[in-house]
Amino acid sequence: MNAPHPSGPGGWDTRRQGRQRRLERAAAIGLGRIVPAARVVDLLEAVIEPGDRVCLEGNNQKQADFLAESLADCSPERLHDLHLVQSVLALPSHVDLFERGLARRLDFSFSGPQGGRLARLVQDRQIEIGAIHTYLELFGRYFMDLTPKVSLIAAQSADAAGNLYTGPNTEDTPAIVEATAFKGGIVIAQVNELKDSIPRVDVPADWVDFVIVAPRPNYIEPLFTRDPAQITEVQVLMAMMAIKGIYAEYEVKRLNHGIGFDTAAIELLLPTYAADLGLKGKICTHWALNPHPTLIPAIEAGCVESVHSFGSEVGMENYIAARSDVFFTGADGSMRSNRAFSQTAGLYACDMFIGSTLQMDLAGNSSTATLGRITGFGGAPNMGSDPHGRRHASAAWLKAGREAGGADAIRGRKLVVQMVETFREHMAPVFVEQLDAWKLKESMGMELPPIMIYGDDVSHVVTEEGIANLLLCRSAEEREQALRGVAGFTPVGMARDRRMVENLRDRGIIRRPEDMGIDPRMATRDLLAARSVKDLVRWSGGLYAPPARFRNW
Amino acid sequence: METLEFRFKAASATPAAGTALCGVVGSGNLEILIRPGEPADTCQVSVRTSARGFGRIWEAVIGEFAARHPVGGTRIDINDMGATPAVVSLRLSQALGDYTGGAR
Repeated sequence: MNAPHPSGPGGWDTRRQGRQRRLERAAAIGLGRIVPAARVVDLLEAVIEPGDRVCLEGNNQKQADFLAESLADCSPERLHDLHLVQSVLALPSHVDLFERGLARRLDFSFSGPQGGRLARLVQDRQIEIGAIHTYLELFGRYFMDLTPKVSLIAAQSADAAGNLYTGPNTEDTPAIVEATAFKGGIVIAQVNELKDSIPRVDVPADWVDFVIVAPRPNYIEPLFTRDPAQITEVQVLMAMMAIKGIYAEYEVKRLNHGIGFDTAAIELLLPTYAADLGLKGKICTHWALNPHPTLIPAIEAGCVESVHSFGSEVGMENYIAARSDVFFTGADGSMRSNRAFSQTAGLYACDMFIGSTLQMDLAGNSSTATLGRITGFGGAPNMGSDPHGRRHASAAWLKAGREAGGADAIRGRKLVVQMVETFREHMAPVFVEQLDAWKLKESMGMELPPIMIYGDDVSHVVTEEGIANLLLCRSAEEREQALRGVAGFTPVGMARDRRMVENLRDRGIIRRPEDMGIDPRMATRDLLAARSVKDLVRWSGGLYAPPARFRNW
Repeated sequence: METLEFRFKAASATPAAGTALCGVVGSGNLEILIRPGEPADTCQVSVRTSARGFGRIWEAVIGEFAARHPVGGTRIDINDMGATPAVVSLRLSQALGDYTGGAR
């Protein structure tokens, strides 16, 4: 017989007791399951305690913005030393929490528009940053050492019992709620409307403690809408190279795209250039991708079989509902997204990640961090990494693995492609001897430089000058010259060893457009399946309803 | 505004058209005009650009183009509004293609 376990000072259920204490405080001031918006501060001050770990739901798409502003309006005498554990620090109210002395510590993934204010808070020692994670890594820690005590989430609607319908933008909600509700935490949801019945139950009522109808609908950013009118001929050229030199050669069927114009150009060449090359059905059939409007022509042309999404995209709701063979939708017809699962697909089930960056060094390390801003990288470090746990084979994974490790390689490789023009706007070179990330590390007192994608995970770099295949490089010197060899007229590119670069070209490590049978003069916008947002609407048969800022007709 | 003049030795071009005009003067873009010039083994280039201080990069971009293509016996005028080297190289290829009658 085992000896009875000694209990902690408060027993074995202190979290449950704490939860009960909080719920009783709310009940004592007359708050039930449905809380009026006018009493939100009372609720937050009743159920949150100083030092709590709090998750404010929000990502680069939907935001629990009413709850965030309300938390920032709470009294710093009542609520202080909070530890925020959340995907993004994107709203001004998120930063207010630190400036007003409510919150002290932060673990997050992405700060985007608040990157400058965040950097100042760090320098003024008004914030402690635990770490900048990638999403899946942060979700993982919710179930280990960063479990939230209180989570403030956003949903589309609730019924009287408190069941939640998230609508197409389910996003991070399931991961947050699961971690909180099953470890003695409290879940508070802001909803846009209270209904007698909801289209489907995305979060069951007994996982949710309080529901508040927000005075205005939660904010959703149309982050993944790229206007085809802004795609340049240089982007078309790079897209042609990527399709012919990488997608076709590796037979890439399962993939994720970044959000830039470079990859939007690829999406718009799938029904035209790629189809003319006979690639329909052979590449790009299965995606982990937000519903990019620029993917509509490829879907309509029958190039795409399946898309699972991290979140939704404003204006795509009716199109998605009408294409349920392609998108993941509920019995009610509307999409269900899920960031945790889509990031898992991006990690283990995709053969390729392709995206862009602001800077790349001579080892292929890339970063979008620039001086005076702490932005984080969201999902890119996850999807732009080669997962050593993967075991299943595919044509792309095997070919890449054999290029990197020889014919006897015992594992494959994910393709991690960085696609950049050698200069950004204002003639800022993308290729640099040293990333700004190193200076940022010093000035912010970080333990590591904020690198988005590690160079040893990068398989290919595409620029207007050509493609560098880093899998085939056999030394650090070859990698460096392969990168210099596609770095164009940047200082790094002009300092190339010309003889070595020609040698790399002979070995197929560097390939120019002409080496792939591509005439740069053919790279015109005429190749794009859609050249405007209106074209996308037309392709969708009128189902796509772009936000007002993208309508110019 | 800055005006830059360059001369490069190059193999002779064979014109199909008297002149070729490519691109537009818009932000991040440029206009290139190619005409016959003298002597036959030289490409004369005149660049008028809104971005000052990039003479060395212009020389490298056009020099590389002149080394790779037969552009001797031409005069090239460029009106630039901050195009990147990638755009400059692409427009030069397009303009030369039109001038020598190559397929587009």
